Amino acid sequence: MSKKEWPLYEVFIRSKSGLSHRHAGSIHAADDQMALDHARDTYTRRSEGVSIWVVRSSQIVASDPAETAAFFEPAEDKIYRHPTFYEIPDGVENL
Amino acid sequence: MYTQGLDQKDKSPEKRDALETQEQLDAFQKRIDDEEKIEAKDWMPEAYRRTLVRQISQHAHSEIIGMQPEGNWLTRAPTLKRKAILLAKIQDEAGHGLYLYSAGETLGVSRDQMVADLLSGKAKYSSIFNYPALTWADIGAIGWLVDGAAIMNQIPLCRCSYGPYARAMVRICKEESFHQRQGFDILRVLCEGTAEQKAMAQDALDRWWWPSLMMFGPNDAESKHSAQSMAWKIKRFSNDELRQKFVDVTVQQAEFLGLKVPDDDLEFDEESGHYRFGEIDWQEFIEVIKGNGPCNKQRIAKRRKAHDDGEWVREAARAYADKQQAKAA
Repeated sequence: MSKKEWPLYEVFIRSKSGLSHRHAGSIHAADDQMALDHARDTYTRRSEGVSIWVVRSSQIVASDPAETAAFFEPAEDKIYRHPTFYEIPDGVENL
Repeated sequence: MYTQGLDQKDKSPEKRDALETQEQLDAFQKRIDDEEKIEAKDWMPEAYRRTLVRQISQHAHSEIIGMQPEGNWLTRAPTLKRKAILLAKIQDEAGHGLYLYSAGETLGVSRDQMVADLLSGKAKYSSIFNYPALTWADIGAIGWLVDGAAIMNQIPLCRCSYGPYARAMVRICKEESFHQRQGFDILRVLCEGTAEQKAMAQDALDRWWWPSLMMFGPNDAESKHSAQSMAWKIKRFSNDELRQKFVDVTVQQAEFLGLKVPDDDLEFDEESGHYRFGEIDWQEFIEVIKGNGPCNKQRIAKRRKAHDDGEWVREAARAYADKQQAKAA
């Protein structure tokens, strides 16, 4: 297998309008148009989508799972961001 | 489907295993025990990664090789409707192969490498695809029995601890049900037809029954790596448990068709609520795995030829993409 492999693309599908695109998996393709065609044939054979995004996997910037705790730490101690932090006195409604 | 746990020998565990601390292994096992999913970039023991690469790639190869026995009947399907259905089913199998290669690649091995291992004979695929599809009824039997056995195997894999594999399996399971039903439908029509057609259906069941039971892999006592796979929650049920489930549901379907399961020892055990069945010919299973089944050589030769014949297309697409990019720059 000395020949260069086609690049890897990540595939995101919007299942119907009103919903966000969601990661479906990946495919290999020589170029962007082929990536869309392959994504359609691989992931939407049963009308699972109305819109497809493809992006070269090498272009995705991701957080590091080994650093998850430290990376998300700033949100951990701010429980006052949640409405359940506040006490609501008896008799107060619609708050 | 098709995760028989073949080729399980880890002859030279990589050196990285030695660098894993007990603390890391314990923390990993705790995540598994807490039913947390493991994702692609998470830390994992090398042995877990190897087990998954082996299982997922073997599974992907099975989907790809599995297109051959059915593809053989595309041009001879009895009606245009059957032909269109079979074509759609085979296209699904290609799709399943691709979902699985995609899941395998998240573990750091390229699809090209996995394919190279299949073509060189290093990687295995399910034993079932080394049997020939001799008549149209075989296409029915493959859908009903082979895809039926696959469903038994695959449904628990939707809850596998490795996220990308579990997600691929959810997608596959949704599609597999169509495969099983179209197979049953082919056999039902034959069974309701002439005496010759019904005999053809019986002949297909006679030849596919035992190889289908072998798809679940060796008996639990012989399945050495099952315990580790269960502990890692890659596997949720043992080979024998799944095989029993398959027999229990399938025998009743055979009765509906008016076909006889080719096993003189088959009987319903009132007490346990399960069917007792005869001993599988494990020697045959071992021979097929070793490469001596009826179609092993033909299947790989055909896959190699398809791969080689497609090389110019892959290369032309790459050249075109390079040219377009150069133009744009």
